[in-house]
Amino acid sequence: MSELPAPGPPVNDETAPYWAALGQGRLDVPVCDACGHHIWYPRSWCPVCQGESVSWTTVSGRGEVYARTTLHKAMGPWGAAAPFVVAYVELDEGPRVLTNVVTDDPAAVEIGTRVEAVFVPVTDPEDGSPATHLLRFTPSG
Amino acid sequence: MSIRGQAIIVGAYEHPRREIPDRTVAQIHREVAVGALADAGLTLADVDGYFCDATAPGFGPVSMSEHLGLAARYVDSTETGGSSYLAHVGHAAAAIVAGKCRVALITLAGRPRTGGARPGGTARLGDAPEAGFEQVGITSPVGNYALSASRHMHEFGTTSEELAWIKVAASEHAQHNPDAWLPNPVTVDDVLGSPMVADPLHRLDCCVVTDGGGALVVVHPDVARTLGRPGASVLGHGEALKHGDVGRIDLTYSAARWSGPAAFAEAGVAPSDIQYASIYDSFTITVLIALEDLGFCEKGRGGAFVADGGLRSPGGRLPFNTDGGGLCNNHPANRGGMTKVIEAVRQLRGEAHPAVQVPGCELALAHGTGGALSTRHGSATLVLGAWSS
Repeated sequence: MSELPAPGPPVNDETAPYWAALGQGRLDVPVCDACGHHIWYPRSWCPVCQGESVSWTTVSGRGEVYARTTLHKAMGPWGAAAPFVVAYVELDEGPRVLTNVVTDDPAAVEIGTRVEAVFVPVTDPEDGSPATHLLRFTPSG
Repeated sequence: MSIRGQAIIVGAYEHPRREIPDRTVAQIHREVAVGALADAGLTLADVDGYFCDATAPGFGPVSMSEHLGLAARYVDSTETGGSSYLAHVGHAAAAIVAGKCRVALITLAGRPRTGGARPGGTARLGDAPEAGFEQVGITSPVGNYALSASRHMHEFGTTSEELAWIKVAASEHAQHNPDAWLPNPVTVDDVLGSPMVADPLHRLDCCVVTDGGGALVVVHPDVARTLGRPGASVLGHGEALKHGDVGRIDLTYSAARWSGPAAFAEAGVAPSDIQYASIYDSFTITVLIALEDLGFCEKGRGGAFVADGGLRSPGGRLPFNTDGGGLCNNHPANRGGMTKVIEAVRQLRGEAHPAVQVPGCELALAHGTGGALSTRHGSATLVLGAWSS
């Protein structure tokens, strides 16, 4: 497996704090000030209780695999990286995040496998994206 | 107010070709429109309601109305991916009940095979609010559906062999369809021996990529009675959306768990009453999860339900997709909902191939799953009954 593509994501005022935190080695998620829900994907209000106020909160970056697949084929720049793992990781704080699990042994990444966040440098900053790092996961040592 | 029995599908047409390099998508829209109207005994001049999805060329229903020469007084371009056309039937029935139109035309066309537009994965995100949080390399839909399959297997012990039986049944039906893209029957071993594309889904767990299209004509019963052609009465309709739910997504079910009960309640029937089912089959797992959600078996028991020829026609527990479905026959425009309704109409008219016709088919179901099963999708369900004047 070669390195996964790391395209620069779209960033806007609403999500800029998330991307800035990744650049500093933190996973920050908006938490609703009213109901305490961890909001994924990040938004500036709470769709669970319609609360208007959220606070960016640093979470552990740890979790376990909830669902997984190994893609043996992909198009575009991802094709050269196949096979690679796509998974839902359930963070210890609750949210299920669609992500990649970075590994040299895709078959060893199973549902229930413990994983931790890795902060991957953006290598292909498209459209002038200001993000410097992406969120991925790797099996916990 | 219910739509039950208040609108009749009197025209259904599936484009016979699977590669159409010599037509524009707009031309194919017209060919299927004319085909469905001819099937009904009507013409474009009779149409006063028009329905298409958001992939119709140009300015959607506006451009298509101009291109077709329509004078519709009611239009709807509801976009829920491959389930759109089942939603359109429900919306057309509601519009007919409300007096907004009397002859509704629904069209679908596309050329993913020769036109270069392969099914999208995360590339379709565009300006979606989730863009940037889902750039994980799912460049075709199979990776998305594989995630749901992995979780279903984990929670319920569903096996690849059981999923393969869905393809086997579809392929056995397709051998009787001269237009089917994959007309040769396959075995469970063939499916399991085909290349792994996105673990646990193999190449033969996937639908075909075909050019083509289809159209439906839904009319007021008073119009249907003047035509002398049997049809399918719209007895019940349900639709629902499922999404990430702010991080709480559960991959073991689809929006069919809401659209199905709504359709059955409106029709006043139960799953056990259904004699034939068209179930959207983008991938084998799409069928299995929908069957459970629709109530044909308990959640988690789909594997046993489909195994050993459970979906064969005739003779299976629930005869399904007797045209060969999207898995073997046709998946025009990467959107399988239209052909699901068309084959259900054939069954209710007794016009399916004799080898797969359900004897005395009076009650059928058609179900669509549009979008991406493991992130966000729309489900739509129709209960249809045989109708004649």
